[in-house]
This record gives sequence, C-alpha cells and structure tokens, in this order.
Amino acid sequence: MTTTSAVSTRPVKDGTPSTAADAAKRAARRRTAQVWAARVALAAVVIGGWQAFTTWGIVDPFFFGQPSGIAKRLVDLFQNGTEFGSFYANIWTTIQEALAGFALGAITGVVFGVTLGQSRFLADVLGPYIKMVNAIPRIVLGSIFIVAFGIGVLPKILLAAVLVFFIVFFNAFQGVREVDRNILANAKVLGASQTQITRHVIVPSALTWIIASLHSAFGFAIVGALVGEVLGAQSGLGLVIKTAQNNFDPNGVFATMLIISVIVLGAEWLIGKLEHRLLSWRPPAPTEANSL
Amino acid sequence: MASRNDVAVSPGSEKIGRDSARVEISGLTKRFLTPAGEVFTALEDVSFTVEPGQFCAVVGPTGCGKSTTLSMVSGLDRPSEGSVKVGGREVEGVTDGVSFMFQTDALLPWKSVLGNVLMGPVFRGVPKPQAQASARDWLRRVGLTGFEDRYPHQLSGGMRKRVAMAAALINEPKILIMDEPFGALDVQTKAIMSTELLGLWEQIRPSVIFITHDLDEAVALADRVVVMTSSPGSVKAVFDIDLPRPRGAVQEIRFQPRFIELQHQIWETLREEVERAYARTAGGTA
Ligand SMILES: Nc1ncnc2c1ncn2[C@@H]1O[C@H](COP(=O)(O)OP(=O)(O)O)[C@@H](O)[C@H]1O
Ligand SMILES: [Mg+2]
Repeated sequence: MTTTSAVSTRPVKDGTPSTAADAAKRAARRRTAQVWAARVALAAVVIGGWQAFTTWGIVDPFFFGQPSGIAKRLVDLFQNGTEFGSFYANIWTTIQEALAGFALGAITGVVFGVTLGQSRFLADVLGPYIKMVNAIPRIVLGSIFIVAFGIGVLPKILLAAVLVFFIVFFNAFQGVREVDRNILANAKVLGASQTQITRHVIVPSALTWIIASLHSAFGFAIVGALVGEVLGAQSGLGLVIKTAQNNFDPNGVFATMLIISVIVLGAEWLIGKLEHRLLSWRPPAPTEANSL
Repeated sequence: MASRNDVAVSPGSEKIGRDSARVEISGLTKRFLTPAGEVFTALEDVSFTVEPGQFCAVVGPTGCGKSTTLSMVSGLDRPSEGSVKVGGREVEGVTDGVSFMFQTDALLPWKSVLGNVLMGPVFRGVPKPQAQASARDWLRRVGLTGFEDRYPHQLSGGMRKRVAMAAALINEPKILIMDEPFGALDVQTKAIMSTELLGLWEQIRPSVIFITHDLDEAVALADRVVVMTSSPGSVKAVFDIDLPRPRGAVQEIRFQPRFIELQHQIWETLREEVERAYARTAGGTA
C-alpha cells in the first residue's frame, strides 16, 4: 500500500525537480572538495618548501626556523613549559589580558560613540581631544602605562582597551550618524522618549557598524596585550616571544605565533556567531539566499 | 452631515473628541537658510482648516512645500511665522494623538512585523501583553495575520505599507497625516490600499491630511482638496468634494460623472502651477 507514496517521494530519473536539486547539491559538494584540496595543496607547498629549503641548507634554519623544529618546539613548550611557568599559564595570561582589554575598550567605545553621536555639542567639544589622543602612537602609551602601573596585567589590559576603544568608538559614532532620519522622525511621532529612541532605534541601527568593528578589534586587543608583554611582563605570550628572540630561537617565536593565530581565529569565530545572532534580521546576501 | 450621527459615541464625549481633532493652519510661513547663506522661502502664508473627522487631501507641484507643511503639523519642525493649532492648542513639539505615515519606509528593519506595530503602544507605556493583543488585532485588520514574525525585508512593498498603516493607526490617532503614502506603489496595489485606508478611516474617523501628487487619488478619497501654488507654496484654492460616502472601491468611483467633473475643475487650477514649477526647474538646469 505504501508503494505509491514511496515511489512519489523517491527521485525519479529524468527532468524532475528533485534530480535538479540533487545535481545542484552535487555541484556544491564538488566545489567545496576542490577548494579544500587547493587549500591543503597550498599549505603543503609552502610548509614543504620551507622544510626542504632549510634541510638542503639553501635557507639557514638558525635564522628562519624550520617547520619540523617548530612542531618539536611546540610539543616541548606544552610538555615542559617555559622559565616563567607552564605554557598554558602564559597563554591564559595573554587571553585574559586581551579579553579584559577588549571588553573594556568595546564597552567604553560603544558608550562614547553612541553618546557623542547623538550630541552635537559633546562631539564638538570632545572631538579635537579624541583625535589628539588617537594620534599618539600606541607603543608610547604602552611605555607610559608600564611606568605608571608596573609590569602586572593592568597596563596590558589598558593598552589593549585603548587600541580597541578607538576602532569601536569611531564605528559606533558613524553608525549613530547614519541612522535613517525617517525612522527617527517616525519614532518621535509615535511618542518615543529620548531613551526609547536610543534603545529601540539608535543602538540597533548602529549595531551593524559596531559588530563589524569588533572583528578587527579583537586582533588589536591581542596586539595590545602582546606589545605590553614585550615591553615588560612576568608572564604571557609576548614574554615567551621576547625570550625566544633573545635566545636566537626562531622556532619558539613561530610556535608562539601559531598559538596566537589560533586564539585570534577562535575569537573571530565567536564574534561571527554573535554577529549572526544579533543581526539575524538582515536580508541574506545573494549567495546565502536559499535559491538554486 | 447625516453620516456623523451614525457614530456610536455619547454626544458629550463626541463633542470633546471632535473639537480636539480640528487642525487649523494659519499664516504658516517657513524659511530655510541655504548653504550659500541666502534665505529661501519654502512656504508663504499658508492657511487652511481641517475639520474634525474630515479627510483633507493636499495637492501641488513637487517642491512646493507640502512635506514641510506636514513636518510642522506633526511638531517635528517649527514654523518661521504663523501657527498650527490642533484642537485649539498651538503645536509645540510632537503632539499626542497624531500619527504620521511617511512616503518612504519608516519601519524598523531589525524588528519583526509584530514588533513594528507594537512600537506605538510600547512608547506610550502600554503593558506588553495588552500592546501585543492590540497589535495582532491591527495586523488582522490590515490583512496580515500569519506574517507577525516576518521581517520587513521579507515583505512586498504593499505589505510593508499595510504594516506602516497598522503601526500608524494602532494608537487610534485623532489626526492622521500621510505624506504620499502610496506614491511608490504600482497602480493596482495603490487602488487596493486606498480602498482599505478608506475602510479603516471610517472605523476610527481621525482627521486626515493626505498629501498626494495623484489628483485622481485625492478626489476619490477626500472631502476637501487643497491646491497649493508652486514654490514658495501657498494655498491657491480649496475644493469641497461632495461625492457621497461610503464611496466603496476607488477604482469604480473614477467613472462617475461628478468625479470626472471635479477632477477636471481641480486639474485646471493645478495645471498652471505644475507647468510653472516645471518651467522653473527645466530653466534652472538648462
Ligand atoms: N531642511 C531644509 N533645508 C533647506 N531647504 C529645504 C529643507 N526642507 C525642504 N526644503 C526645501 O523646501 C522646498 C519644499 O520642500 P518639500 O516640502 O519637501 O516639497 P514637497 O513635499 O511639496 O515636494 C523644496 O524646495 C526644498 O528644497
Ligand atoms: Mg514631499
């Protein structure tokens, strides 16, 4: 009895929508496979070439490291740690500093951006000062923070926060300025108070800009933490890199770099998830649209 | 006159409600400072009155200051001279009981259809469950049941207009101002939307100021048509439209002899202004 329905749901050989869909899916799978094959090939060529050139002595591994050496050094770092505590502890120090700096910088950036974006007066008064502080090279700020707050985590957090602040601030500010005037007028006519306008109109509208800035901002938070650690620290990946550099250990530098990239990529992925959740109302880009 | 007695409200409250819905525009003048530092007069001495519950259409050549007039009626902008009175009180800032429907979309793209219609009551402090119930009811009235969870970008232009209409009417405004609300729609959708607007207007009977560049639309919908001159805008003529109500579908009223007669009369008045405005812009660019 069920045969009729079974037949109708099974893809029929020719010219039916389901075969067209299958063909499209197969094409998409084939493309994904090709992309991945090309990626792996590229990595194999670069890493293999690096390994080969250093093995053959064309490039000196003493200065430029060697992939196999980096792998060994990485294992060694994880197993035996560093002179200043386990490798995990150092990774954790840097992550903490970067996260705290990121949070501090992002929150103050959004608050200042949204406030100044809405107040012409405040923007006019504070604008020149903000530009002035923004013009200071950040490394100098790092030195000032270390002198002022010692070599604990605080100066690194502050340096990371300053780097993040300016990126987020300028984006939030611009985002507020770009709010659709019609939507604003409509909310006013509907009886919204200033706080309601900020909450229901301005912030959601600026969010597209803010989230876009967060992507690059986390990278800068890591940079802030690392630079702070290189300038002076008791623990952290910046210190590991600096020590490796002083010991003429390029493999140690590369191994730590690898870990840092993993951290940044992980954060990037999380921010992507957040973006997807907060901006789910946006129309999908043409490639994402579920059309065939 | 007879139709007013149909409204089932006690005479006392009806009187208060009606008087507070009168819009009196008198001597309204608006000047802007151009970037070059010159004074540009957009509106000059505009005066007309919209009686409580009346549907008033405003037509005029583009750039004659129609939108500017509305922004002062809604309290979004201030007059340079003259005044707008709503219910006998001068408009200062955004006025309670006024809803605005804009030409371009003013929906919040990050809120669902239901969320958008909810905004009016929420801004006024109505408790959420009550606001939701009323938003659902209004979505039903504009024929959008089942679309509550969609986002505006997932709707057609006509559906977005319905959402905007529900959002504007949910506060049961005494005064509804509309700035070319259906200007961007195709002819068929526009006719359907106009008919629906008339139906809803008859239910809650706010005073309406309706800007349009479509003379047919103005005559089909309104009790009174105000014709404005080209820039600087002022009132050229006011026509009372004595077509009987309820008027039914706007597509059909167009063929009545009286409609054609009125339309022709108003067009004679308007044409001169449109031609003058056109000659000015064409001359300016040449
Ligand atoms: N904020 C403003 N600053 C300067 N000029 C303006 C401003 N708003 C409107 N105008 C000018 O006033 C005139 C009337 O504009 P508007 O009311 O939008 O016309 P309409 O809606 O009748 O087409 C136009 O010439 C326009 O350029
Ligand atoms: Mg206009």
